[in-house]
Amino acid sequence: MRQLRIDMGKCDAGRTCQHECEEACAIKVFKLDSPEHAALHIRELADGTGQAILCDQCGDCVVVCPADALRRNKMGAVVLDKELCVGCYTCIGFCEKGIFERNPEWLVPFKCISCGICVKACPHAALEIVDVPQPEYRII
Amino acid sequence: MSSHTTETDYPKFQRCEVDFTQRTEYLDGLEAMKAAHKVLKEWTFKPSLPQQGYTNRTLYLNVGTLEVKEKAVTQQMKDMFIGGRGFGMWYLWNAITPKTKWNDPENEIIITPGPISGITQYPGSGKSLVVALSPETEIPIDSNVGGYFGPLLKFSGYDSLEIQGKAEQDLIVFIDGQKGLLRIEEAPAEPLDSHVLAEILTRMYAENDADRVNISVVSSGAAAEHSLIGMLNFSWFDKRRGCIRLKQAGRGGIGTIFRNKKIKALVIRGPEVKGDMNHPVDQETIAKTGIKLHQELRSNDPVQCLMRRNGTAHIIEIMDAYDLLPTHNFQYGSHPEVHKIASYVWDQRCTQRTTDGCWYGCSMACAKGADGVVLQTGPYKGHRVTVDGPEYENAAGLGSNCGVFDPEFLLELNFYCDTYGICTITYGTLCAFVMECYQRGILNKERTGGLEMTWGNALDDLAMMHQMAQGEGFGKIAGLGVKRMKALFIANGWGDAALINDIGMENKGLEYSQYMSKESLAQQGGYALTNKGPQHDEAWLIFMDMVNKQLPTFEDKAEALYYFPLWRTWFGLYGWCKLPWNDVAPSDNAKTAEPTKIPEHVQNYLDIVSAMTGKKITSEDMLRQSARVYNFQRIFNIRMGKGLRLHDHAPYRSQGPVTKEEYESRIERYEKELRDQVGVDPTTMSLEEKMAATRKYRIDRYEKLVDAVYTRRGWTLDGVPTQARIQELGLDIFPELVEIVKAHGG
Ligand code: SF4
Ligand code: SF4
Ligand code: SF4
Ligand code: SF4
Repeated sequence: MRQLRIDMGKCDAGRTCQHECEEACAIKVFKLDSPEHAALHIRELADGTGQAILCDQCGDCVVVCPADALRRNKMGAVVLDKELCVGCYTCIGFCEKGIFERNPEWLVPFKCISCGICVKACPHAALEIVDVPQPEYRII
Repeated sequence: MSSHTTETDYPKFQRCEVDFTQRTEYLDGLEAMKAAHKVLKEWTFKPSLPQQGYTNRTLYLNVGTLEVKEKAVTQQMKDMFIGGRGFGMWYLWNAITPKTKWNDPENEIIITPGPISGITQYPGSGKSLVVALSPETEIPIDSNVGGYFGPLLKFSGYDSLEIQGKAEQDLIVFIDGQKGLLRIEEAPAEPLDSHVLAEILTRMYAENDADRVNISVVSSGAAAEHSLIGMLNFSWFDKRRGCIRLKQAGRGGIGTIFRNKKIKALVIRGPEVKGDMNHPVDQETIAKTGIKLHQELRSNDPVQCLMRRNGTAHIIEIMDAYDLLPTHNFQYGSHPEVHKIASYVWDQRCTQRTTDGCWYGCSMACAKGADGVVLQTGPYKGHRVTVDGPEYENAAGLGSNCGVFDPEFLLELNFYCDTYGICTITYGTLCAFVMECYQRGILNKERTGGLEMTWGNALDDLAMMHQMAQGEGFGKIAGLGVKRMKALFIANGWGDAALINDIGMENKGLEYSQYMSKESLAQQGGYALTNKGPQHDEAWLIFMDMVNKQLPTFEDKAEALYYFPLWRTWFGLYGWCKLPWNDVAPSDNAKTAEPTKIPEHVQNYLDIVSAMTGKKITSEDMLRQSARVYNFQRIFNIRMGKGLRLHDHAPYRSQGPVTKEEYESRIERYEKELRDQVGVDPTTMSLEEKMAATRKYRIDRYEKLVDAVYTRRGWTLDGVPTQARIQELGLDIFPELVEIVKAHGG
C-alpha cells in the first residue's frame, strides 16, 4: 500500500520553504488555488518544531462511508468516487487525523491519494511515498 | 445517557465472524411474478426537488377508485403544522369524521417526511412520519420511521403521500421519481412477508444493480392481515451486504390498515441522492453542524453508549442494574439470566466494520444487523437471513418481558415479527400478558389450543406468532392486542376481572413499550398522558426521575411532562430521529445549565432549521410549533370520542405492585414509602393492608400528577385544552376545534 511519510528532521514547517508541498497538492491535484485546502498540512508550532497532518491511508473512512464511495485503488490508496458520494461528511468527522478535506464550494469532499506530487515539490526532500502492508479495517 | 459499558468489557468475548454477504436468495420466479402484474392506472407527474425543504405538493391516491391527484401544500399548512406528523394529522382530520372506523375506506395512511428529511450531513435526518386512524386505539396514531422511502419521496417531488380507499385485489403502487411516472398495478403473485417481498421488489423495479440504492419499499406481512397489530416496514438497499434492510413504523396497527386496503407494497424509485437536494438557504451551516456531530460521535460514542456497535441494545444491562428492565410482564425489573441478552452479546452477534445508518449520513448508525441467522422454526425454517436489530425494545419486549433469554431465539422472534409485519414492542407486551395469564391460570393449555405459554418457552411463543400469520388458533386471538384480550377473557369468565385489568399493560388500547414505570411517577405520566398511547417517544423520564432524581416535586415532573413531549413532538414535525439528540452528548454537557435538554444539540437543530428555511427560529418558536400540533392531536382524540382524563387512566401494574410476589420483591422500597410518605407503621400491618395502603397512596399520587400536568399544559382538569390555550397557539382559526373544546368545558 502506498503511504505518504514525512521526516520532521528534514521538514522545517515553512521556515525556509514556501509550503511547496501544500501548494502543489492543492493546485496540481485538486485544482484549488488555496493551499489551505491541500490534502496535507504542515503547521509551524510555537516551540519552533513543525507538525504534519497526513493521511496514512488507514481506511477508517472506508468503513464509515454509507454510500460505498470510498474504496482502495490498486495501490491501496483510499480514493473517492464522486458519482457515488452523497456529501454526508461522515468521512471528515471520523478521520482521526483530521485530514479528510472539504472545499465549501464543493459538495463532494476530497482526500490524499498518495500520488506523490507533494514529494516532488518539497525543496528539502522531507516527504516520501513508501510501500507498507495494508492494515485491517477497524471497528469504529 | 451516561457511560456504563466500556471497551474493556469486550475482549473476553470471542467475536464470531460471519460472511455478511451470504443469505438465502428469493429471486427465483421474479420474472413470472412481474409478468402477472396488471397495470390498472398510469399517471404522470413532473418530478421536482424541494426548495428550502418543501416541494409544496402532496401526492393523493385512492386505491379504491384509482383516483390520483396532486394537492398544494399551503402556507397555512406549513405555518401551523410544519410537516411530518403535523401534515399527517391535518390530512387525517380532513379525511375522516367522528364516526369513521379504522377499516372504513376513508381512513388514510399518510406518509410524510419533514422539511429537513433527506439532509445527508446531520445524523438522523431521514425520517418519515406515518399517521392513520389506529385499529388498536381508534384514535390517530403516529409513527416515526427510518429507511429511504420518505427522503426519496421528497426528492421525487412530494412533501407527503396521502393514501385513501380500499382496493379489491392486492396492489403495488410504484412511484418513479426519475421518470415522473406513477403506476398502480395489480400484483397477485408475490409473497407478503417483507424480507422476501422488499428484496424481490427492489430488484424488480431497479433498472440495474447501481439503481437499487434508489429504491425503497413499504410493505407489511402475513400477520398484519390477521391481527390489529400490523406494522409497516420501510426498506433501503444495503450495498455492502447486498440485501435490503428494514426499519419499522411499528406502533398502533398501521400495517393492519395497509393490508385491509389490500396494498401489498409501495415502491419508490427516487433520483440519485446528492448532498444538497433539500436546497437549504444556507448549506454551509448544515455542513459544519453535521461535521461537528460526526466528530462528537467519533470521540464520545465509544466512551458513552457504543450505539455504533450495539445499537440501542446497549441499555439492557443498565436497565437491569437499575431494576427497570421489564421482566415477566412488567412484574420485576431484573433477572439473573439477563447477561445472556446483554449488549456485549449483540456486539458480538451484530456485524461490525460496516455502516448501519437508516439514512445516509447517520453516523450514529444504530440500525445494526445480525447476519447469518439460520432459522429454526416456521415457514422459513433452515433459511439463512439477516435480522435487523435487535433494538433494546425488542430484546426487552420479546426477551426479558417474556422470560426468553436465548439470543438465537430472540433473533428469530425479532425476525418473524419484522417479516410478518407486526410490531415487536406490541407483540412483546401482549405475549408477556398471555404468559402471565397462563401462569395465573387465567389461560391454560385447553384455552390456548395446546400452546404452553410458560415463561421463556420460545418455541410456543414462536408457534403463537406463526398462528397469527396464518390467522388461526390462539395466535389470532392474541393478535387482537391486550385490550381486546382482557375483555374477552373477562367475558369468558376465565379469571378475576380486577386482576386481568391490573396486569394487562395497555392504555388507550395501545400496549406499553418496554420500560418499567412502576417506580417512576414521572414515567407513569410519560406513558399514560400521551396522545397516542404508551410509547416512550413522547416522554422518557425514567432516568431523570428515578436514577438521577432530577424531578423531586410534582411541579418538576409536570414541567418535564410539558417540555419533553413538546420537544420530542418537534422531531416528528421536521423528520428527525430522536436518538442523535441525547444518546451521545457533548463532552461538556454536564456543565451546562440544563444538561437533560442537551442544549448544544438543541441549538444544532435550531441552526439547521433556520439554515433550511432561512427563517431564524428560537427554542420558544420550537415549543410553539410543537404545542400547536400536540394540542391539535389532543382535540382530534376528543373529536373521536377519547382524549379525556378517563382515557389517561393507567393499569395498576404500571403504577405499583399488583401481586404479593411483586410487593415482596421490593418490600424495602414499599415499606419505606409507607413509613416516610404515607405515615403509617408497616410493622403493625398485614401484607394485604400494606398493599392496599400502597395502592391507595400511589393512585392518589398519580391523580395529583395528572392535575399538575394538565394545568401546566393549559388543559382543564378533564384534560381538555382550554379556549385560552388554543387562542394563544393560534389554533382558533379552525372553528371546529373551538367548538369541540367548548363542548367539553374547555
Ligand atoms: S482520510 Fe483519514 S480516515 Fe481516510 S484513510 Fe486517510 S487518514 Fe485514514
Ligand atoms: S461524504 Fe461522500 S465519501 Fe464521505 S462518507 Fe459521505 S458519501 Fe462517503
Ligand atoms: S500524496 Fe498527492 S494527494 Fe497526497 S498530499 Fe501529496 S500531493 Fe496531495
Ligand atoms: S440513530 Fe439509528 S434510527 Fe436514528 S437515524 Fe440513525 S440509524 Fe436511524
